[in-house]
Amino acid sequence: MKILTLLSLLATHLSASSVNIEENAGQFFSSGHTNNWAVLVCTSRFWFNYRHVANTLSVYRSVKRLGIPDSHIVLMLADDMACNHRNPKPATVFSHKNMELNVYGDDVEVDYRGYEVTVENFLRVLTGRLPPSTPRSKRLLSDDRSNILIYLTGHGGNGFLKFQDSEEISNVELADAFEQMWQKRRYNELLFIIDTCQGASMYERFYSPNLMALASSQVGEDSLSHQPDLAIGVHLMDRYTFYLLEFLEDIHPSSKANMNDLFKVCPKSQCVSTPGHRTDLFLRDPGSALITDFFGSVRKVEITMETINLTEPIQQVEQNFVNEERQKETYSYVDQLPVSEIIHQKPKQKDWHPPDGFILGLWTLILLVFFKTYGMKHLKHIF
Amino acid sequence: VCVRVCVRVCVCACVCVCACVCVCVCVCVCVCSSVPQPKDDFQEELVIRPLHSGDIYASFQFRTLWETDFMRGNKVSHYRLFPKSLGQVISKFSVRELHISFTQGYWRTMQWGQPFLPSPPGAELWVWFQDSVTDVDGTWKELTNVLSGIFCASLNFIDSTNTVQPSASFKPLGIGNVTDHRFLRYATLPREIVCTENLTPWKKLLPCGSKAGLAVLLKSEKLFHSSFHSQAVHIRPVCQDWQCKTTSWELRQTLNVVFDLHTPGQGKLEWSLFKMFSRTLTEACPLASSSKIYIDITDDPQGEQFEVSPATHLLSQAMVLGDRRTFSVYDLTQQITFGTVRSLNLLIRWKSRDMLRPLLHAERYVAGYGLQTGEIHTLMYNNHPYRSFPVLLLDSVPWYLRLYIHTLTVTSKGKDNKPSYIHYQPSKDRVRPHLLEMLVQLPPNSVTEVTVQFERALLKWTEYTPDPNHGFYVGSSVISSLVPSIVAMDTNSTREQPLFSSFFPCKEESSYFMRVYTEPLLVNLPTPDFSMPYNVICLTCTVVAVGYGSLYNLLTRSFQIEEPSPGLAKRIANIIRKMRGVPPL
Repeated sequence: MKILTLLSLLATHLSASSVNIEENAGQFFSSGHTNNWAVLVCTSRFWFNYRHVANTLSVYRSVKRLGIPDSHIVLMLADDMACNHRNPKPATVFSHKNMELNVYGDDVEVDYRGYEVTVENFLRVLTGRLPPSTPRSKRLLSDDRSNILIYLTGHGGNGFLKFQDSEEISNVELADAFEQMWQKRRYNELLFIIDTCQGASMYERFYSPNLMALASSQVGEDSLSHQPDLAIGVHLMDRYTFYLLEFLEDIHPSSKANMNDLFKVCPKSQCVSTPGHRTDLFLRDPGSALITDFFGSVRKVEITMETINLTEPIQQVEQNFVNEERQKETYSYVDQLPVSEIIHQKPKQKDWHPPDGFILGLWTLILLVFFKTYGMKHLKHIF
Repeated sequence: VCVRVCVRVCVCACVCVCACVCVCVCVCVCVCSSVPQPKDDFQEELVIRPLHSGDIYASFQFRTLWETDFMRGNKVSHYRLFPKSLGQVISKFSVRELHISFTQGYWRTMQWGQPFLPSPPGAELWVWFQDSVTDVDGTWKELTNVLSGIFCASLNFIDSTNTVQPSASFKPLGIGNVTDHRFLRYATLPREIVCTENLTPWKKLLPCGSKAGLAVLLKSEKLFHSSFHSQAVHIRPVCQDWQCKTTSWELRQTLNVVFDLHTPGQGKLEWSLFKMFSRTLTEACPLASSSKIYIDITDDPQGEQFEVSPATHLLSQAMVLGDRRTFSVYDLTQQITFGTVRSLNLLIRWKSRDMLRPLLHAERYVAGYGLQTGEIHTLMYNNHPYRSFPVLLLDSVPWYLRLYIHTLTVTSKGKDNKPSYIHYQPSKDRVRPHLLEMLVQLPPNSVTEVTVQFERALLKWTEYTPDPNHGFYVGSSVISSLVPSIVAMDTNSTREQPLFSSFFPCKEESSYFMRVYTEPLLVNLPTPDFSMPYNVICLTCTVVAVGYGSLYNLLTRSFQIEEPSPGLAKRIANIIRKMRGVPPL
């Protein structure tokens, strides 16, 4: 009897573990994305908004650590805090009091900085409608299998987010931009996180599918900052992003934490404001979406044992470096300040412009006087 | 050649196991060893010069020489030491010469002497295009956008409002027989901030990256905690040998930094590599053919005032900036330099330094009061006791400062000094800036003052930056001159010279070419009150609502008599009366 119970227990345990393995394997192929992108925006300028830059850089740091490369991150910082002359420790941006964690680091690439962070540029990046000469690092080259993380921080209000103290983006514009992205198939799933006052108002108007949104405070509430640092003299981070960073520091690329854990970050006791989230537009169950689906770039690797034969290396075409069409002229360095040549420089040929109004009037007057004096019969000799 | 190439590559593989670059090189070169590959060569050097005020000046130069031809439509597809991103930029935009620099801080000539490579505060870009380019302005715009992506800088703000076409300054620094200034474009962004995000892509252009060689010293936390930091990229064609029948491409990456004596907290005149860069050197870059450190010991060759440790007996003399200077040399390709501890930390101690009095020095400031008019003063100092020399002054003023050229005066020693060449191109609102170029002869031991009055323009309210009360920048003036040298300069350009003395080509022995940049100016433009549109809307709406609304209501409102609703008792009585069929109360 005891042996039977033992055997049955063993059988159930084995079946449970095999189900576990199958579950793991099933999860391996559950999410439909093949690449990850991140758009991280800090919209505030001036030294006292240090914490917004620190917020964005903390998310940047976590996202890079979990695997998304710089080429897939569009980082927009509206002002430079690290090399600001008020920063007592240049080239650093700290997120913790007592300068424990430098989120700026040594390997950072900011794509849009200073005056370039405008509502127009942000919307152009999202919708992909950029001028043709924009470099690749400034574009969001996502496709319909991309999971995109969008993080915004700054000063905001009920239905708007302020960009650089001079313009605003409204929640309607943002929702329309996401709809444009959906219609052009520019994302597979999109996670939108916003850390501003009354942040929940920014995701109220979304209507495109596959969007999940998180905000640091509800409508009518302010998001508060975490702690000031007496050496630097400003507040270093906002509460919501501080606890979000703490949560993300525990995530590693093979972590199985899902979105429900993310919703629990920063409860009212820690944040003072009530963080909100919206998942009704998200087609999957949030519990099945992993954190690394958005914050990391987990590559699915298949190991194969078959051999591939490399083709013959390309033979470089014999180039005669010595003779053929090579001119036999001798080159020389140019004189840097040829004084005599400059003094005798002829004035540049001016581009021809059509005659000015004054010149035209003068000629008309001359012709008029001529024909008045000599009569109209001379007209045919002219024309 | 084939055999030698293969052997060298094999050694290379043994030395650096972790650097991916080396591995790739090995595979490619060994395979096609029968065809002569265009040779490329990489050299790195660091020059350390202690300054009079106790500060210390460190200048890094990394040079890659590549014997290939980007011109005449040659397709280059195999890149080894030359970075591919820059090579593609050169061939796509038909660039003949490219000079870009990012600087934080202003070079104080009177305290620090002359820099090896001058640069203005902010970002500066000047490019010579090849004659085959048909639309130079369009190509310039595309080039600035591409470079803004490569260097993570907002160079896309360079447009026609801050680009000029100098007519006599900025002659090509590389070889060339034709200099038509139609193919030259120059622009500065004095507001551009330089930080780690500009240093990171710059370091990635180096063959060894920041993993080996002198580039390991480039740590941003120390480099940006300095009085002056400048990083630049210079690309130009140079002569391959003394005959100069073939050209090769030279890429120079330079980084100049001046560390402040008082920043680390210690006031002693003692510097070490660790104190400056928080790193020591352990090896040279394996891809470098030469890797050297030069320390300027000119004022004290005996070693009484000056002490350098670990000591070296390698000395070298070089003609730089018109003066013959002596340098202690540390060769990093020799294993003996690193000693038994396998790391090199140079220690430099000195008691006092002679002041290097620069021969040419310039200042610029804005005079006047109020927000309507002002005056720009540029002062040029010639400190040579008996020689006069010509200088070419280039001024590019934005269109919103309207210069009155009839008020332009050039005075030296109280007397009028007529320039022998003036080129002025007036500005066009929102299209072009002012361009003023003058060739002035500076008399010996004098101050020459150039003044011009201007008027400030009112911008449209959408043209103001988000922080308009900070002010608007005017780019630095550029002063190019041939300064008489103290010793005879070496005009033989092909002798083995250290990199820092061979940047500007030298054509005559009695003088050398130098460029000085003045300070950028910060002017306040009359700034409107940006809250006024909101105020006007509120006020107008209130007036309309109160005034028109009341009138409309008075005219169109009609009154109807309405019985007040009866009390509870009356209502119950009415219900009972309705049930009885009797008229209500």
